[in-house]
Amino acid sequence: MTTLATTPAGPRARRTGPRPRLRDGLRPWLYLLPAAAVLLPLLGYPIYMLGLLSVFDYRQAQVSGGEPTTFVGLGNYATLLGDQRFWSVLGQTVAFAAALVAATLAVGATLAVVLSRAGRVPRLLLSLAAMAAWAAPAMTGSTVWMFLFDADLGLVNQVLGIEGFNWFYDRWVAFGVVGATVVWHSFPFVMVTLYAGIQAVPASVIEAAALDGASVWQSFWKVLVPILRPLITIVVIQSIIWDFKIFTQIYVMTNGGGIAGQNSVLNVYAYQTAFGSSEYGLGSAIGMVMTLILLAVTLLYIRALHRRGESL
Amino acid sequence: MKRAKILKSYAAGLALLALAACAPSTAPSSTGGDDRTGTVRVWLFDEPNRAPKEKVVAEAVREFTAAHPDVTVEVSYIPTSPARHEKFKGAFNDPASAPDVAEYGNTDLAEYAAAGGFADLGADVGAWAEGKEINADLLKSATAGGRLYGVPWYIGVRALYYRTDVFDELGLKAPATLEELATTARAVRAKKPDLYGIAVGGEYTFGALPFVWDAGGDIEKLDSPESRKGVKAYTGLLSDDVCPPQACAALTGGKTVELFASGKAAMGILGNFSRSAVDAGPAAGKYAVVPLPGSTAGTPAPAFAGGNNLGVMRSSGHRTLAVQFVRLLAGKTYQVKMYEAMGNLPTLTSARRELAAKDPFLKPFLDTVAAGTRFVPVDPAWVKIDNQKVIPTMLQKIATGQATVEQATTEAAAAVNAAFGRS
Repeated sequence: MTTLATTPAGPRARRTGPRPRLRDGLRPWLYLLPAAAVLLPLLGYPIYMLGLLSVFDYRQAQVSGGEPTTFVGLGNYATLLGDQRFWSVLGQTVAFAAALVAATLAVGATLAVVLSRAGRVPRLLLSLAAMAAWAAPAMTGSTVWMFLFDADLGLVNQVLGIEGFNWFYDRWVAFGVVGATVVWHSFPFVMVTLYAGIQAVPASVIEAAALDGASVWQSFWKVLVPILRPLITIVVIQSIIWDFKIFTQIYVMTNGGGIAGQNSVLNVYAYQTAFGSSEYGLGSAIGMVMTLILLAVTLLYIRALHRRGESL
Repeated sequence: MKRAKILKSYAAGLALLALAACAPSTAPSSTGGDDRTGTVRVWLFDEPNRAPKEKVVAEAVREFTAAHPDVTVEVSYIPTSPARHEKFKGAFNDPASAPDVAEYGNTDLAEYAAAGGFADLGADVGAWAEGKEINADLLKSATAGGRLYGVPWYIGVRALYYRTDVFDELGLKAPATLEELATTARAVRAKKPDLYGIAVGGEYTFGALPFVWDAGGDIEKLDSPESRKGVKAYTGLLSDDVCPPQACAALTGGKTVELFASGKAAMGILGNFSRSAVDAGPAAGKYAVVPLPGSTAGTPAPAFAGGNNLGVMRSSGHRTLAVQFVRLLAGKTYQVKMYEAMGNLPTLTSARRELAAKDPFLKPFLDTVAAGTRFVPVDPAWVKIDNQKVIPTMLQKIATGQATVEQATTEAAAAVNAAFGRS
């Protein structure tokens, strides 16, 4: 990323040459061509199909050819925006994702600092544990956590001596357990990224702060955080994107949205609408809304990347 | 210049691609073929205790392949959870991954028929001597829009299982009315707090529906006073003094079977098909069965007449072989064997009569059938209602105190109307 942003003097020198302007204007596009050739069919086409489906009345009967497909314009979106359940699930998803981002960041940052100060053996152990969590597939991790919190046979209940306690009965307790699983899955990325950032901070800066009488706490907030700000921004936005799209953990651990659907999030809701109720059109509309929200977040991400390039 | 040209042709290609896909695609409407050799693929439902079923089916496969040496039969067991819908839809959309023969629940029939997934077997069953024995009521459970989309393979009826050892010890009698059922359940839990009075579940639609039907309610009018009365009676059991919502609100019908079979509940609303699962657990030999009582003594609550059909996929490439395999598996010999293995009630009258005479276990179930059974609406809307978990959500909201009976039933009735497209 840094090498991309800090452009060497090469092109600038060339710009003074006698080459025609048109070719220079074309050049960036030409460089983009290989990436575009892969990304457009792979990303563009599915999104195009998603958008297309979302304006049709497209259910199981239409897919298997029993009934003709009809164009309904923005009908699916109108249905969606008029559905109270959509809004409650959206609100729930945003709140849950926000809590997850905060928790992931807190855990990841704390452990990054611990990692940078720990001795060799503890550092190795912590890294190994984090890498294992990172490497565990979401499906496996969720299933293992679900067993740990099983009402009758779970290790947690047996250790706490509360056999029969159902962790997935109360909405907030269930969100808590699922949230812990998600954080466990995603903190290693934050930890490793920030640890790399901390390693790149010159020791002299920290030393100078210490000489000036700054406590560990102060040197973290006043020295490390400002230096790492661009990195933190990226990690935050990355986490927002991941946590907003959360699916596997909720779907597996709460059996598709919990008691009376109380733990449903947007991605699970879209899946159940599209594939459970065979409302492919309506499901696509939910997918489009999610894509738009995430696109907005991604634009912020790209801006953050730019800023980071400028400041370095 | 050359580069600009490449760019242009690339853009043109993209535009073409966009044009070619200007309407969502539909599956090719292939009607299959009639190969007499090769592999016949069969999908059957997985069961909580599958081994006996697998054994009978393997026997049928051996008999079939002995008669057709050039044919192999490949049987897969698919889950009965809502994931089955995805499996079937996948099979309808992509004939290459579809089986030739499939077992399906009769409640799913309307949706599958609307999707055009199964072949019309009317002529094949009409020309089949044993097939004439299936009575008209049962054929209806495989018929949609005047076409027969399968052979009813077995039916299942639920009744009240109760633990004779617990009842004897506490001096209780099998309940004669639904009200007595609730008081009996409370009495058991009061005296034996480690037992659930009755195993009921928030996701056990077919356990709850008899309460609604008995009160005079209906799926299509869940907000009527009668329906509300039935819903209230059922959700009243999902309480700390019978089956605590903490443990029971999330239970499916299958889980209540496990609960009763593992000896953790004094009663359970289980089907005749759950017998082998119960006999495999600690409750074996310590239970009896009576029809699920209604609000007046002597009249059982209307049971749900569920069952499974064997259908031939419209896209099957081995139509004749597939029909022959269905006839074998749904014939009298294997229906009786399936009853002996799994406790599935045969659909052939002669097979049922033969079994009723020699197995008294069947009596409460046949009494329940005789008192009248009910069925879910034969409409694709039902699959939607089922998939959206309309009834479980209603029951769970009441059981967990998230909504009152009035609120939850009003909401559920609105969802049912929406599914029927009547909003």
